[in-house]
Amino acid sequence: MNLETVIGLEVHVELKTESKMFSPSPAHFGAEPNTNTNVIDWGHPGVLPVVNKQAIEFGMKAALALNCKIATHTKFDRKNYFYPDNPKAYQISQFDQPIGYDGWIEIEVNGETKKIRIERVHLEEDAGKNMHGEDGASYVDLNRQGTPLIEIVSEADMRSPEEAHAYLETIKQLIQFTKVSDVKMQEGSMRCDANISLRPFGQEEFGTKAEIKNLNSFSYVKKGLEYEINRQEKVLNAGGELQQETRRYDETTGGTLLMRTKEGSSDYRYFPEPDIPNLEISEEWISEARESLPEMPKERQARYVKEYGLPAYDAVVLTATVEMSDFFQETVEHGADPKQASNWLMGEVSAYVNSEQIELLDTALTPKALAEMINLIADGTISSKIAKKVFKELVTKGSDDVKVFVEEKGLVQLSDPSKLIPIISETLDKNEQSIEDYKNGKDRALGFLVGQIMKQTKGQANPGMVNKLLKEELDKR
Amino acid sequence: MNFLDYTLEELHEKLVNKEVTAVDLVEASYKRIEETDESIGAFLGLNKEEALKTARETDERGIDPSNILSGLPIGIKDNIMTKDVTTTAASKMLEDFVPVYDATVIEKLKEVGMITIGKLNMDEFAMGGSTENSAFKLTRNPWDLNKVPGGSSGGSAAAVAAGQVPVSLGSDTGGSVREPAAFTGLVGVKPTYGRVSRYGLIAFGSSLDQIGPFTRTVKDNALVLNAISGHDSRDSTSYQGETPDFTEGIDNGVKGLRIGVPKEYYNEDAKEDGVIKAVREALDLYEKLGAEIVEVSLPHSKYGIPAYYIIASSEASSNLQRFDGIRYGYRSENVESLEDIYVKSRSEGFGLEVKRRIMLGTFSLSSGFYDAHFKKAAQARTLIRNDFDKVFKEVDVLVAPTTTTTAFEIGGKIDDPLAMYMSDILTVPVNLAGVPSLSVPCGFSNDMPVGMQIISKHFDEQMMYRVAYAFEKETDHLSRKPSLKGGE
Repeated sequence: MNLETVIGLEVHVELKTESKMFSPSPAHFGAEPNTNTNVIDWGHPGVLPVVNKQAIEFGMKAALALNCKIATHTKFDRKNYFYPDNPKAYQISQFDQPIGYDGWIEIEVNGETKKIRIERVHLEEDAGKNMHGEDGASYVDLNRQGTPLIEIVSEADMRSPEEAHAYLETIKQLIQFTKVSDVKMQEGSMRCDANISLRPFGQEEFGTKAEIKNLNSFSYVKKGLEYEINRQEKVLNAGGELQQETRRYDETTGGTLLMRTKEGSSDYRYFPEPDIPNLEISEEWISEARESLPEMPKERQARYVKEYGLPAYDAVVLTATVEMSDFFQETVEHGADPKQASNWLMGEVSAYVNSEQIELLDTALTPKALAEMINLIADGTISSKIAKKVFKELVTKGSDDVKVFVEEKGLVQLSDPSKLIPIISETLDKNEQSIEDYKNGKDRALGFLVGQIMKQTKGQANPGMVNKLLKEELDKR
Repeated sequence: MNFLDYTLEELHEKLVNKEVTAVDLVEASYKRIEETDESIGAFLGLNKEEALKTARETDERGIDPSNILSGLPIGIKDNIMTKDVTTTAASKMLEDFVPVYDATVIEKLKEVGMITIGKLNMDEFAMGGSTENSAFKLTRNPWDLNKVPGGSSGGSAAAVAAGQVPVSLGSDTGGSVREPAAFTGLVGVKPTYGRVSRYGLIAFGSSLDQIGPFTRTVKDNALVLNAISGHDSRDSTSYQGETPDFTEGIDNGVKGLRIGVPKEYYNEDAKEDGVIKAVREALDLYEKLGAEIVEVSLPHSKYGIPAYYIIASSEASSNLQRFDGIRYGYRSENVESLEDIYVKSRSEGFGLEVKRRIMLGTFSLSSGFYDAHFKKAAQARTLIRNDFDKVFKEVDVLVAPTTTTTAFEIGGKIDDPLAMYMSDILTVPVNLAGVPSLSVPCGFSNDMPVGMQIISKHFDEQMMYRVAYAFEKETDHLSRKPSLKGGE
């Protein structure tokens, strides 16, 4: 049987707010266990949640970036379940009135653009973390408890693991541009569950779906879905019947394992959170959020082409991540030629970042330094060859003032005729034979002489200038 | 020094005139508790050392003549968080729980200089109407030791009625302040939902809970409510508007006011006709004082009990999930798995009534039953609220009995949960509507106090106090004191 794959994704994104969703504890990573917590996060008796306005704003921005409509009237609900990392034994979430709904994004696979609809974007709080100690005991770290999250639920519009991958990449890119989250799967600030089913081509109705959890990286999403297609195909093609179930991706085998069937699923007993009044979002507030959205990738690409005359290819590459795009922008603002800035970022900078496996912002390079270096090349202060050396310094150690740096290191290109001519004369004096060869039309002699001069100046001489002056001096002889 | 002989203003005057010190008052309170609490059983815990220390500091600083509550003792219901003082909600689940923070009301009482004497008995997690559901002890009615003091704030009521403290705080989710106030001859108030911060009150029915004071007089009550009211940024459901002085205009009388008599609240076939008789006499007095008595209808009141028990229990089933044996509170000894911790700790830690309500609430919220139960109850609640909004366009206050009977015998209803639930029939609609209500003593039936409920508009507690004060001024119910003896 020829089967069509149907995929929908649920993506959780952690919002980078100062404090938690419903408590004043800091919402930052990396602290000692349970230090970023207070009585509210501990779920002590008598405590109450208070909504963090910044989280609402961030949620709105994310939803707007995904072309969602914003609910003007919304509320929070309780999702009830027992687990040690869930201290109240309920998670405050949004059940039937999500803050964002009816959105869409465009993805590109194999050069073709496709629209994927987004059903909803809702706000909720993250749980803590259970940890199992080497001493055999289990521990709970509540630092993450209460961190604001948005859950982005797509429609079942994807038809292949590649589309799912492109969808995730695009979600990551768009959210990243709004700066409301770091959206890093490896750090858990972006997480993904996938719903997948198969059906005969042409059939309207969805097949029986499986939900796959624990998809902790882009490649796991792809591998997990591919495995699942195979598994479901085998059952269906053998005339078997699938059951609705939740499965777990297993990193070691690249397969998925059964967690529970539909019968074993929990009843979360959602009901309106009585501790938080309904939330009215005014049109003004929505407009403010919309206006505060930074320029998104598509807009930036168009501007790079129009304003800076960059090739479309460059514009797309430069806007793949917000870090790269901002870096480019600032480099240009520091006076660098846009095309040169683009070349360096797409070339040397990307190569370095990839080979070292680090993030652009973790290097010592700053937009100001890159711009200064590009300008020093342009005005002939340094040669392109020297520039590679300078770049190495800038990207590993950094510099506040590249001009001072190259001067101190003696990397400035020698272009001054009054300094070059004595060196040229001295070289000619030592190489009578070459002068003769040159006069006899042997061009190689010129190359040799240039080489000697470069050696003499430790490579600092401006090759163009040396060529010009050398010819003049030879003509004088 | 007997607190039953003085109002808060009189005690304050004595402090200002240095006839007594704050230490004297605190010591008098502990002495009275020592003498009477063996038979009353109001207190679960005392914080004597801390209270005496605070009293000494208060005396050293001197009493501020403009601050009426400064240096006065108060008892606190044991579901209100008191930092460093064990707070149990009368549950085995929290038997040794010592809070790390003060509830907002406690902070506010400390600001005005009131001195907490100890923590008061109650029905476990405020679930009950007799205080018989306490995991720790029985509290008896000072008017007849064979009878219940009402509940769930039975300890708070009994302590004031027995003169152990001049004032106490309780909480009212479906009548838990007003019913015990009625049963023990006190003034008890359920403020407008949102008037008093719930931060630090162990949640039962979050959309219904309010903290309110027990006092002997109406004005005392208004003074204490003044101290604990106000917006709290830690409680999003707390009212953001102004907090007026609730004693302002308290003596304006009832002349020209329209008093509504909701006919559904006067069931003439009630078991105890002495209750309705006392309330009708009060209405006659109001009429004499120049008020107009108007019969009105709150037609959806009949849905009050089912709607209340579904909503309160549903919210409670979620609120009480945090008592899971993981981070604090009771944990069963013999556990082998995570599920054991949950199931055994909760089975052993909660009492019967609490478990009954958790099950009722869990069921009402379950998938497939939500629409027929929780949603329906929420709709009934809207109708009940609309009833009140509508009648308050016609009348200034509503007057009704607080309870259908006076205090009942200990053990009289404990085996019949439905009968116990039905005794809240006159109080729960007020919580569902969110309006304020005050119970004031209005006479006696079979030698037991009768309470009359005065209900006013949202955030119009001033009117409720004014109407109650007019009645109290013209009557003499306060002169009768409880016997602290058992009935024959």
